Parts: sequence; C-alpha cells; structure tokens
Amino acid sequence: MKKTANYAAKTREIVKKHGGDKGALIAVLQDIQEAFNYLPKGAMITVSTMMGIPASRVYEVATFYNAFSLNPRGKHIVKICVGTACHVRGASAILDKFEQKLLIKPGETNQDQKFTLELVNCVGACALGPVVVIDTEYHGQMTINKVDKIINEMNKEGAQQ
Amino acid sequence: MVNMIIDGKNVSAPKDSMLLEVIRGAGISVPTLCAHESVSRSGACRLCVVEIKKGNRTRIVTSCLYGAEEGLIVNTKSDRVLNVRRLVMELLLARCPESEVLQNLAKEMGVEAQTRFVADSDKGKCILCRSCVRVCEEVVGVSAIGLFARGSRKTVGTPFMEQSDACIGCGACVYVCPTNHIVMISTGDKRKIWGRKFKMQDCSKCGKFFAPVDQLKFISKKTGTSMEDLSVCTECR
Repeated sequence: MKKTANYAAKTREIVKKHGGDKGALIAVLQDIQEAFNYLPKGAMITVSTMMGIPASRVYEVATFYNAFSLNPRGKHIVKICVGTACHVRGASAILDKFEQKLLIKPGETNQDQKFTLELVNCVGACALGPVVVIDTEYHGQMTINKVDKIINEMNKEGAQQ
Repeated sequence: MVNMIIDGKNVSAPKDSMLLEVIRGAGISVPTLCAHESVSRSGACRLCVVEIKKGNRTRIVTSCLYGAEEGLIVNTKSDRVLNVRRLVMELLLARCPESEVLQNLAKEMGVEAQTRFVADSDKGKCILCRSCVRVCEEVVGVSAIGLFARGSRKTVGTPFMEQSDACIGCGACVYVCPTNHIVMISTGDKRKIWGRKFKMQDCSKCGKFFAPVDQLKFISKKTGTSMEDLSVCTECR
C-alpha cells in the first residue's frame, strides 16, 4: 500500500516539473521510468488525469516505444547486443552465459528483483562487439569469463549495501 | 473551382475538395474501407489510390487525402493503380481472412488470397484503420479506445486492455468499423462492448431499451439536458 502512495507522489512531482505541457508526455514517461525502472499502471493513470490526456493516448505512447517497459524490472538492466556485428562475434554464447548465471530468459527479471535481461539489436559500438550494456555502462569485447566477473562483482556490491 | 481531367473526362470541382469526392462525383467508383463521413480522413486502408499526373511526372496518391488541383490529370484505372490496389487487397486479405467485407470486396475487384502472404489467425477482422479511435475522440469525445503496441503486435482496445471507465457504450466505434471487427451485443437491458457490460435505459414512454445509462449521463452532463428529458427514446420524443 505504501508503495502505491510513493508512486503517486513521485509521479505528481515529475508531472509538475514538466509544467503540464501535453507535448511533454514522452519526457514525463521517461522520467517516471527512470524513477521506477518501469511504467507502473497507477503512474500512467495519474499522468493521464493530471495532464488532461486520455488514458488511451498515454497507453498508446507507452506501448509504442520499446524504450518503455510496462512490467516491473530489476535494479540493474542487462542489455545484450545481438545485432549483426555482435552476433558474428559470439553474442549468443554471451547470452547463454547470462541466462545460466541469472537463471532468467531475455525479458525476464530474476527472483530478487536485481537483474533484468534484455536483448538489443545494436548499441552503435560494433567495434567493441560483443557488447553488453549494464545500466549505463558499456562492456566491450565480452567473454564468458568476464560475465562471471561482472555479475559476481555486482552481487558483492549489493551485499555490502 | 479547379479543372482536372479524370479518366479522360473534363471535371471541375471546388478548390478545397478532395480527389475521392471529385472522382466519385464524376460517377467513377473507387473502393475504400476507412473513408467514413463521420470521421476525419487518414488514408489508412490505402485502397483509394489513384495515379496523378503533374507535368511529366506521375505518382500514386491516396485520393481521400489529396486535394483537387488545377490541371491535374487523374487516372483511376491504370495498370499501375490496379496493381497497387491488388497488392493492398491481398495484404488485407492475409491479415483478416475471415472478414466477409474484405472477401466480398476482393471478389468484386477480382483479387484472390495469395499463398505467399501467410494468413494471420490472431488479428480478427481489424485492419487497424483507426476509424473507431477517431470517432471516439472526434465525435464522441471520450477517447476510450486506442491502438496499442506497434508493428505486427498492434491491436485496438481499451487502455491496459481492461474495462474502460471512459467508455460510455455508445457503439459509435461499431458504427464506423468498416470490417465489423468490434463486437457489441445488446440483449434486453444489457449491452456488452469492449469487455464491459452497460445497463440500458428504458424509454419512459414506450418502455423500449434504447441507450446505455452511461451514455445518457454523458450527454446530460455535456448539454445540460436533464436525465428525465433524455429518458425518452428518440421515437417517442
């Protein structure tokens, strides 16, 4: 229950920051996604009523862009590039390794809500292939060994906090 | 007024008219699905394509969205036009194989379903023309429905694919839908549309159930007419 209240307050704050301009819908949704890592339904309804945009329009925009997620995502988002260059350089082996390590398939979030695995088709760093982007950090020339190292380090960070 | 040549005939038309009206006014038939008098034009169904010639260049345009122009030479039945229309029809058929409207139109146009376009089985009869979404926004003014997701996953529905509070059950979307994709079932005092049940108002004079209560409430709020006045069906008024 408390969590819902937090969503509403934060959402209101974000909408207010953008001054209620209807054209700012995408920017508002982006900020909401940044705050919660996904677009909660309640937040979208709040946006709709506060900005005077029909819920159907808000949902249209939210479902149109791949950058928006309607499902809760983990704390860290692991994007594995499976574009042509990365594919040729062995992205599928890297993907397999992540799937084994995190016990999830692409699009899923692991049980402790820590990692979400996603596939992307190019991040514009083909020379670094195979590339994995974790949150905003780019990891180039990925190997299976590096996967272990990165995930173990991130798990350690989490344990310390 | 502007003068044009349509299929070899001299035709004059008001300056701000659209090609589709001018062509039909000249007695030439053009197939359309999404052009509806109640909604703004979108050029979504792509069946109204014609070939226009300006100077030495010809090109294909959707006649429902192209304005009449002085000196335009329009061809509604050239091989190029018929080819484009046939392809559009083949793709529509592949998307909605069970649509009777499309089947009949295809038969009229002499188009058959093509094996190279694998028929969809999960799209219903919706051709994604957006007419229902437009009428809900432009005419009804509630914007209860929309087209969600994109590409091959794009579907029409209510927000979050749940029962919509915004919907007033008026059925305008059913009325404009060219392919009868939207299902509305009215039985006795109940009407079901978009997964939600609406209670129907019975006429205070003849007792016939004639409109959803939510729709009358919406009209009452918008026009200031009392619910008592609205509780009489249009025939008894």
